[in-house]
Amino acid sequence: MKFSVGEAVQTSGRDPVHHYRVPRYLRAKRGRIEAVHAAFPLADARAAGDPAPPVETLYTVAFAGDDVWPGGAEPNTVYHAELWESYLHPLETAP
Amino acid sequence: MSDHTHDHDDHGHDHPHDHGSPAAVMTARVNALIGALETRGVATDADVTTVIERFLAAAGPSNGARIVARAWVDPAYRALLLDDATAAIAALGLDMSHWAPVALRAVENTEQVHNIVVCTLCSCYPIALLGPAPQWYKSEAYRSRVVREPRAVLREFGVVVPDDRDVRVWDSTAELRYLVLPRRPPGTAGWDEDRLAATITRDALVGAAEPIA
Repeated sequence: MKFSVGEAVQTSGRDPVHHYRVPRYLRAKRGRIEAVHAAFPLADARAAGDPAPPVETLYTVAFAGDDVWPGGAEPNTVYHAELWESYLHPLETAP
Repeated sequence: MSDHTHDHDDHGHDHPHDHGSPAAVMTARVNALIGALETRGVATDADVTTVIERFLAAAGPSNGARIVARAWVDPAYRALLLDDATAAIAALGLDMSHWAPVALRAVENTEQVHNIVVCTLCSCYPIALLGPAPQWYKSEAYRSRVVREPRAVLREFGVVVPDDRDVRVWDSTAELRYLVLPRRPPGTAGWDEDRLAATITRDALVGAAEPIA
């Protein structure tokens, strides 16, 4: 497990051509680990038919509405998504 | 091979067939898949229908309502539901791991917090607990708007969430499914579980309505 609850992270800004579970509006956005779940097979690899997909820890990441839609979010709104570990960077080292 | 869609949670069965629509494309794919299974002797169309009907016969919002009503009357059950919802539904004889290894999470509405569930990438939904998802849940309008302006969307559902009450949006982007534990309606002191369960609608279980006593 790479991240802990409360840790600040940034989502990857990647834009792969294959199946990918980071919604477009969540790319390269800052959030905070809200929960750490079990490890699950990575959906990207499963969708490609990989018979032995990599298994990664899944996290719930919380994003302030204003961090996702600067100036366009409603007040006091927190958005949560479930993201696999390889979708996330520690905030300090995020590219 | 029959031409039914196996998309029972989508729309009425007598809709006009628009062959360019996503539903028509999906119907063609499903029929091709069933045809391939039949050709190879894996399963018949009737087998597929039997499995789906058996599953749906036990899947409906009364399951979710039972879970919530129990949590309202039993503080230990409420604590278990919020801590480990998958274990909590198993305690009521329910299971949602039919086709995928998904985990359930219950999120609680309070005076300070309103929760609302969405699947922006497709239409993930805890079918075993709530039955098939309503059409609005799968619409692009709901999925794209509720993440950005949940209060505006909730107002259209008749749920007014003031600006000083937090809104938490839960997007089922991977292997979790969500159940909203709504607030118990006022004026229901002393009610038994069955009577409480009757106040809980399908939409309340995903945060798009409030229970009404």
